[in-house]
Amino acid sequence: MGKGKEAKGEARQDPEWANGLRQLYDSVVEEELPDSFKDLLAQLDSKD
Amino acid sequence: MGAEKRTVSEKADFKRELTEVVPHLRAFARGLCGRADMADDLVQETLLKAWAAQERFQPGTSMRAWTFVILRNAYLTDMRRNRFRGEYDETVAERVLTAPAGQEEPIHLSDMHRALLTLPPERREALLLVGAGGFSYEEAANICGCAVGTIKSRVGRARSALNTMLADGSIPKRSIDDDTAHRAILEELDDVAAGQGVAARS
Repeated sequence: MGKGKEAKGEARQDPEWANGLRQLYDSVVEEELPDSFKDLLAQLDSKD
Repeated sequence: MGAEKRTVSEKADFKRELTEVVPHLRAFARGLCGRADMADDLVQETLLKAWAAQERFQPGTSMRAWTFVILRNAYLTDMRRNRFRGEYDETVAERVLTAPAGQEEPIHLSDMHRALLTLPPERREALLLVGAGGFSYEEAANICGCAVGTIKSRVGRARSALNTMLADGSIPKRSIDDDTAHRAILEELDDVAAGQGVAARS
């Protein structure tokens, strides 16, 4: 994700927790999608 | 619906893009409300709303930003109904967090998450969008329907609060249902209702 563009000035002083924040986010992004989501996405086409 | 009805191929494109952003919606929702089950409910609600509103999505614009607006509005509505005003549950958080196995953590991720959840919601979401989601200040401002300067200030305050908490280990047990934070959310809700998500319209 476009990390680095944002917060130019502040990014330099990012403390070590800043990496933890991204890790928190990325760890969820990388999780396998639960079946409930696959089911819901599959059903969308019939919802009109 | 009606006159603006999308073609089959446009619908297929929309669905593909929507599917691609689901992991990001889950990550944003988990950061916002801190509970995996509630976060996933919120994402499901968001997907249904996005699907129903697909005629309002401009192809070629950011699906992630567009759906984040929907998710955030759903979250604020749920907050207003007190659905997320429970106490932060540490055991749930431990389960929620999935740090890569065998990897050294300079800062315990559960501390990080707990500290994040003690921030007033509007600062937490600003920090999540910019610091975790990788949105620019401008994009985050569009998602939140506020000025760029407001986002910068929220991110700055969130950062300094986390610096303090994590540096001296003084993470408050809870302030999720803190009255001040809740009032801020309600005030912000009015702004949201007035501006109704810049990104959703443009």
